[in-house]
Amino acid sequence: MARARPGLSPWLGLAAALPLGFLAVFFVWPVVAILRLGVGEGGVLAVLGSGQTWRLVGFTVGQAAASTVLAVLAGLPVAYLLARTSLRGLWFVRVAVLVPFVLPTVVVGLAFRTLLPDGGVFAIVLANAFFNVAVVARTVANLWSHVDGRAGDAARSLGASPLRAFRSVTLPALAPALTSAAAVVFLFCATSFGVVLILGGSRYRTLETEIYLRTVELLDLPGAAALSLVQLAAVVAALTVGALARRRGESALALRGRATVARRPRGALSWTVVAVALGVVALLLVPVVVLVARSFGGGLAGYRALAGFGHAGSLQVSGVDAALNSLRAATDATVLAVLLGVTASVVLVSLSRGRVRRGVVETMDTALMLPLGVSAVTVGFGYLVTLDMLPGDLRTSPALVPLAQALVVTPLVIRMVLPVLRSIDQRLRQAAASLGASPAAVWREVDVPMAGRSLLTAAGFGFVVALGEFGATSFLARPDTATLPVAIARLISRPGELNNQMAYAACTLLIVVTVAAVALVESAGRTRVGEF
Amino acid sequence: MLRRTVLAAALALTVTVTLTGCSLTAGESAQDGERRVVLATHDSFAMSEEVLDAFRDRSGITIDVRRLGDAGALTNQLVLTKDSPVADVAYGVDTTFASRALAENVFAAYRGPGADQGPQRYAIGDGERLTAVDVGDVCLNVDPAALAAKGVPVPTGLADLTRPEYANLLVVEDPATSSPGLSFLLGTIATLGEDGWQDYWRALTERGVLVVSGWEEAYTQEFSGSSGKGDRPIVVSYASSPAAEIGEDGKPRTTAVLDTCFQQVEYAGVLEGAANGEDAREVMDFLLSPEFQSQVPEQMYVYPARSDVELPAAWQQAAPQPEASATLDPAMIAEHRERWIDEWRALVQG
Repeated sequence: MARARPGLSPWLGLAAALPLGFLAVFFVWPVVAILRLGVGEGGVLAVLGSGQTWRLVGFTVGQAAASTVLAVLAGLPVAYLLARTSLRGLWFVRVAVLVPFVLPTVVVGLAFRTLLPDGGVFAIVLANAFFNVAVVARTVANLWSHVDGRAGDAARSLGASPLRAFRSVTLPALAPALTSAAAVVFLFCATSFGVVLILGGSRYRTLETEIYLRTVELLDLPGAAALSLVQLAAVVAALTVGALARRRGESALALRGRATVARRPRGALSWTVVAVALGVVALLLVPVVVLVARSFGGGLAGYRALAGFGHAGSLQVSGVDAALNSLRAATDATVLAVLLGVTASVVLVSLSRGRVRRGVVETMDTALMLPLGVSAVTVGFGYLVTLDMLPGDLRTSPALVPLAQALVVTPLVIRMVLPVLRSIDQRLRQAAASLGASPAAVWREVDVPMAGRSLLTAAGFGFVVALGEFGATSFLARPDTATLPVAIARLISRPGELNNQMAYAACTLLIVVTVAAVALVESAGRTRVGEF
Repeated sequence: MLRRTVLAAALALTVTVTLTGCSLTAGESAQDGERRVVLATHDSFAMSEEVLDAFRDRSGITIDVRRLGDAGALTNQLVLTKDSPVADVAYGVDTTFASRALAENVFAAYRGPGADQGPQRYAIGDGERLTAVDVGDVCLNVDPAALAAKGVPVPTGLADLTRPEYANLLVVEDPATSSPGLSFLLGTIATLGEDGWQDYWRALTERGVLVVSGWEEAYTQEFSGSSGKGDRPIVVSYASSPAAEIGEDGKPRTTAVLDTCFQQVEYAGVLEGAANGEDAREVMDFLLSPEFQSQVPEQMYVYPARSDVELPAAWQQAAPQPEASATLDPAMIAEHRERWIDEWRALVQG
């Protein structure tokens, strides 16, 4: 006798087909095709057997792990500040931590070289963490701002030290968001390209930089395929570890509205954490300030140049048009990524509520994350050998820019929305259902309001990531549709003082555009959906 | 109620944004009957709108420019897509990568009338598939003021740099990750021979040569003569770079050392399997036309391949074309490049 599984409907299959289909066409197919080309030529085993490959793996995983630890340590206090305190001016912190994300790696790399002339591993780890503090701060704050503080208070009144209460009550509650964030940061750091290239000089190499060189410069597809397979294995291993950690920590939480948990910091410990958080924010702003200062190096010449095309027409769009192109492409990518990410999150959470085997849910979850952990050139070169088979030859279409950006943004949307959806107390939903609400009504009345704010946060964050996306965009954008990061990279790669000043002025413009976009999303979130 | 309004508003906003053209995909689309030629090229491609528009008005052909990365990335993408090309014409395959493109039969035979006005001086292979469009030279660039302040004379050739007074003054790019870096390495091999270049690099390493991964770090940050105001007065860059560093007195602040140059020729050709061969050949002729060629210096910082086109006046003073650049046989480069880079890495990075 078949027992109806609560929450499972035929619509679910259809909904699952959307993100999985997108993943299959724009990720799995191209990657498998390019790997097959490489493997077909032979010689993969020789690369796998070489000691140099395993030194690369060691350095890649090591620097990514160190960067992740640093980003988590720096991000947690900021998450506390954002989620649990009601200090004035928090909007500034919320926006400030996002700025690093949009800055092109080439200018951040140059800024770090100015600040740390000796470079090396330390600079790489620091720069990777710089980019990723936002992931930890925003993802964790997203959940933390809904966690009921009374359990912690109870532990405290039963005599637990603040640290003990944090460790045994708060930390487990945050585990889903924390492991989510750590997994994303690890993937970003393991595949970070520009930072390693610029700060590592020619001495430090990672799987990502080596895959790039072998694919793009040497067309050594067997070597690249071997390293890509190793990269893929490392990424799946990292994601599995993350999923296992999540499995232990996952629990329904009594989520609360943000207004009820944020309060003025009390006691020395709270203030210390706040001080550390503000210190982190200040450090994050140092490279940003360096860039902005450089933009004024020639007075306002760089800014005046933004209306034009650079020294002797270095660009085919003006700086202002590049900014508009950025906004357009990021809008497309965000709309698409939110659609895909939310659908995937709803499917994933419905599957686990519907008592589908955990392994199935986790496999799907991991699969959706993979685009973050695979080299952009592997995907890009994969497009070259596959997408011509689709009608309209997407390979050279401007529509491929938002599609490729959405591939990166979708996993981030999932990682921000899913922890909140998962943590919604089932009893609330059951109560609604027993009062006669249809499944759709339960979603509308319980899940959507609870996750609404995190959805907006995710959309804002996704928008910022798309704004700053460089790898795929520089590959695909045409000269007249160049985005700001692409224009900046182009300006900085040509001689001439004006080009340089204009590049830094364009960075400032990018920062301003980002801050404005995030502030807009934030204010929408505060006044509308935020209060429940 | 409020919630529903919000949801509806969000949905409406999304739809509006997508439909009203605040979106890339809502932009232009090709009109029927338009003659369009896709030109695959490298990141450094630049040409003034007026010249491109004049060509369109004259010929009825719109050139659709696709930048596909540096010369290596461009060539390798052409090789990868040779059975289903992404473009009709490719421009920017250089001396270093031309042999691979020819061996893989990426290009169809075409030699236009412009080829005999100078470009054939740089003919490669059978001379019928690729035509030289421009010539770039990678040379040491120096900041004479900074050298004078240190009491060191401007070097005249590669050999000077191993002398003690030039210690810690030079910054170069990694040949594995940078195309000028590779050209400079090839220049040392061409000048000092297969047997001599390793010793030369060993000596440079002892003299504290700084290696960075890209031209951006080397030129805009470490070099003292650019806006970055770095510490190193000698850098590997292009013969043309001084033309972009004109001071307020109208004089160039930097100079290229013309006896240290390595010549890089950039070629163009019609791709095998181009959708529209006839229009593609017309675009090839355009690349070799005097209008296009005369713009090449100021747009792309390289020298025209045609011999009957004058350099701009400012260039004749700041960035004259080197006359005796080192060269290497492209077939030899293709054969040994990987090994040379590996040996260089072992030498310089230990």
